[in-house]
Amino acid sequence: MKGKGSVRRFLEMIGNRFIDFIRYAGGISILMGQTLFWIPMPPFRRRQVFEQMAKIGVDSLPIVFLISMFTGMVLALQSAYQMQRFSAEMYIASLVAFSMTRELGPVLTALIVAGRIGASITAELGTMKVTEQIDAMETLATNPIKYLVVPRFFALIVMLPFLTIYSDIVGVLGGYLIGVYKLGISHAMYMKNTWQPLKYKDVFTGLIKSFFFGVIICIVACYEGMTAEGGAEGVGRATTRSVVVSFILIIASDCFFTALFYFVAR
Amino acid sequence: MIEIINLCKSFDGHKVLDNLNLTINSGETTVIIGRSGCGKSVLLKHIIGLMRPDCGQVIIDGRDVTKMDEKELSALRLKFGMLFQGAALFDSMSIYENVGFNLIEHTNAGKAEIDRAVKESLALVGLKGIEEKKPAELSGGMKKRVGLARAICMRPHIMLYDEPTTGIDPIMGDAINDLIVELHNKLKVTAVAVTHDMTSAYKIADRIAMMYNGKIIARGTPDEIKNTKDPVVRQFITGASKGPITEGIDFEHLLNA
Repeated sequence: MKGKGSVRRFLEMIGNRFIDFIRYAGGISILMGQTLFWIPMPPFRRRQVFEQMAKIGVDSLPIVFLISMFTGMVLALQSAYQMQRFSAEMYIASLVAFSMTRELGPVLTALIVAGRIGASITAELGTMKVTEQIDAMETLATNPIKYLVVPRFFALIVMLPFLTIYSDIVGVLGGYLIGVYKLGISHAMYMKNTWQPLKYKDVFTGLIKSFFFGVIICIVACYEGMTAEGGAEGVGRATTRSVVVSFILIIASDCFFTALFYFVAR
Repeated sequence: MIEIINLCKSFDGHKVLDNLNLTINSGETTVIIGRSGCGKSVLLKHIIGLMRPDCGQVIIDGRDVTKMDEKELSALRLKFGMLFQGAALFDSMSIYENVGFNLIEHTNAGKAEIDRAVKESLALVGLKGIEEKKPAELSGGMKKRVGLARAICMRPHIMLYDEPTTGIDPIMGDAINDLIVELHNKLKVTAVAVTHDMTSAYKIADRIAMMYNGKIIARGTPDEIKNTKDPVVRQFITGASKGPITEGIDFEHLLNA
């Protein structure tokens, strides 16, 4: 009997997890649909969009600079280890440029923004939810998705690609500093090896990724915020989950897009 | 007139509203009393369409709120004003933007007009000169009054109050009660308030309805309710710990635990 009971509990647990997963996926999809529905509806809230753009984009510049610069430097240093063995240091430039534009620029920026902005969006909307501000907004005949989600959505899908370009440039600069001043590659050689092999496609695929990362961060953060319940503790939980889910989805979709670009758009 | 017909709502299998029926007359203030967590706020949220029922209807001026789409609900809500338990002021906005929210969002009113309406609404609740402050700088009682000012800024036909006196000191609570009565007399609104504060209920109500186990079990004027023979209502309005509502609950055991 005891064995039967525990098997049943186990199956129930799996079933419940599955139902939770479907519910979550459904909730995210519905919010996505509603956001797309409300985007073309007037009025366009220019002030809110610009406010969010400043918060998401401009305020993230220092941290993106710091992390991209160090990543570019580390990338150059680490590859120098290997390359020196074959006397192929001059290729460090193209390695840094490729890695930054295709992969590290978009992914690192998205992870930084998910941690910095995704968390703050969830905490803000979550607090609004548990203090009934979102209900209040509805009673004032204003749709919270139109008022709260759409401006953040716009700001994220515009600013994340810009931040990615910035990260690409700063990362390459980091590699340049190491390559030229530490490893003794000449300026002209480094620049040539950065620009020559780099194609528009490399940068574009990175930007396409970052656009989708922006969508993921916004929808996950807003969904977690708008469904938060249970006071301060609930908001804390929602914020943690928002960052974790965004991270997982960013990495998973990165894998998907990389494979897609590899096989389809070679 | 607001007519609530056979309204049902369950959360995780727990019936909060169970075939609830209630008629709220136009121009009157109806106070719904009941224990904390009995579903009074849920009922209020059904009236303004924030929640959809499992079954039943809420008819306002001949139209069913539960069947309305987003657009119709928005139009209807412009006739409503709602005061939330914690005031629910928007933290990120100034008092001016909070009170004028509806006018800024839903009308083409110019700056001068909004200024005047905000000032007027704040004056009605006895506040002035706080337009530029943020909600975090205000005390609990002031927040409630600003919440009230926001609710009446568009001169609603129907006012909903969710626990208007909970969480503030008795003197401020009485001031809020006075305000509700005064607004009622000035603006001639239909009002629904939910509360478990009997002092407040007696003061503001034209009619009191008692909610118990998801149903309305008694409805009458404050005097009728005061003199009721119904043991459940009696226990609630006198605030006795022993009686039919708490049958089977051992308070001494709880105290000693």
